[in-house]
Amino acid sequence: MGQYAIEVKGLRKKFGNQIVLNGIDLKVPQGTIYALLGPNGAGKTTLIHILSTLVAPDEGSVHVSGYDIRTEKNLVKHAISLTGQFAAVDEMLTGEENLRMICRLSGLTTAESRVRSSQLLHHFDLTASGRKRVKTYSGGMRRRLDLAISLVTSRSILFLDEPTTGLDTISRRALWDIILQLRNQGITIFLTTQYLEEADQLADTVAVITDGRVVATGTPEELKSRVGEEVIELRNLKDEVIRTIPTSGTVHDMGQTLHELSHTVPKDTRVSIRKPSMDDVFLALTTTTIKELEGISS
Amino acid sequence: MMTPLTSTKPASVWVTNAVFIGRGIRLSLRNVEALIMAIMLPVMLMLLFTYVFGGAIDPSGNYVNYVVPGIILLCAGFGSSSTAVVVAEDMTNGIIDRFRTMPIRCLSVVTGHVVASLARNLFATGVVIAVALLVGFRPSANLLAWLGALGIIVLFIFAFTWLFAAIGLVTGSPSSASGYGFILLFLPYLSSAFVPIETMPSWLRGVANNQPITPVIEAIRGLLNGTSTPTNVWLAIGWCLAILLASILWSVIAFRRKAGRR
Repeated sequence: MGQYAIEVKGLRKKFGNQIVLNGIDLKVPQGTIYALLGPNGAGKTTLIHILSTLVAPDEGSVHVSGYDIRTEKNLVKHAISLTGQFAAVDEMLTGEENLRMICRLSGLTTAESRVRSSQLLHHFDLTASGRKRVKTYSGGMRRRLDLAISLVTSRSILFLDEPTTGLDTISRRALWDIILQLRNQGITIFLTTQYLEEADQLADTVAVITDGRVVATGTPEELKSRVGEEVIELRNLKDEVIRTIPTSGTVHDMGQTLHELSHTVPKDTRVSIRKPSMDDVFLALTTTTIKELEGISS
Repeated sequence: MMTPLTSTKPASVWVTNAVFIGRGIRLSLRNVEALIMAIMLPVMLMLLFTYVFGGAIDPSGNYVNYVVPGIILLCAGFGSSSTAVVVAEDMTNGIIDRFRTMPIRCLSVVTGHVVASLARNLFATGVVIAVALLVGFRPSANLLAWLGALGIIVLFIFAFTWLFAAIGLVTGSPSSASGYGFILLFLPYLSSAFVPIETMPSWLRGVANNQPITPVIEAIRGLLNGTSTPTNVWLAIGWCLAILLASILWSVIAFRRKAGRR
């Protein structure tokens, strides 16, 4: 069990008649960033709630930091910190009050809490607004405060549920930097995201989840390679992409593909070649699943 | 880079409670509209019942001595009803998930709001009594009777605050919490709080005589005016304790259930 921060086997969860998680298996090595990538309603939040002890699973075994989440809930709670989908901060309190509150609840004395809070405010570039109510914070500031709170005491595993949803590009990049720094300190980070770019930029391992099942796992590079080394993109005269075709990238394959295309597409179609994006991976993986499912049902 | 502190022992139950009580009081103080309402309502009601309705109900001008306990309970009911809203707000916010994933006694979030409500309502009660004294309230109670009356008021506030907390936990949204809570606020009107029960139609007398507000009102009024009977006092305490225990139990169950599925 030792080398994995999180180990999940055969996890299932139903809410009423709705199957939310339909047999999840995953292993997260310690000190890595694991991104759960999937559309809305794929089961990402439910999975994170189960891993962070908020929701009990129906079936399967789940170990977090080596502890069973059913029987050793309290030990799990000592190892983790959760940042929910909506920033888990108190709007009517100031940033500093939020931090001090969590410090006190984590067992620090009043004096220690004061020191720790100001350190964290400083580190997350929030000193200037520490005495302002969180209600007045921007989305990026809230998320930074949220992460600061997660670091009040040593937690070896951080759960971040869609940490950058609703943030502008600059705030998003700033947050990515912080998350990478945390990983470099040895903290395991389990995050969910709808953004392919985010998973690509941050994750050591990406699991693509849809309809409660993991349809692919691997490094961002591995997943990209699943859709080929290169993508041929066809554009019409209005510069709209009309088709993308994954290829191995060799002269032979590309020549053959282009040759076939020359008979089927208008002569003025423009061709370009690019590296596959996570978008391509995602589309390829999810559409195959749909095709497979259709194949089964018909 | 910020190094996380080495692991500490999580806060004890006492520290946890203290932190959440502090939070509850802080949030109460910052909810300015509610705070103004909590101070204004007792003043307005006291003046309204004494100068507008009082003359019609009791032309002798003695109505103020009759109505003070009713206004105290009306304000206490109103003041504790906001607990339903803040508890529901907490439950729908991301912060509750953070508290739940910490190794602490999480129900203290609710306890914090309950104690804050007690503090708010005791303050409002003080305002009612002060205004009452200004407009001619002349209680004949000795110190012991005052303490008894105050004790029953505290118990009443506690019981109803826990009841509203349970409503906040069950309803799941701040607006529906405030809606359900509102229904309870009509109870004082259907009691001996503002008019003697004998003046009501007989079918309503049955309701008024057998609901918790009437014995509580009678006990407080009796203690303040020196006409108390032990029956009323014990009945009041009994009702409050029953409501208190049932509400705490209801809250605990509702809180657990919320935690289990979301």
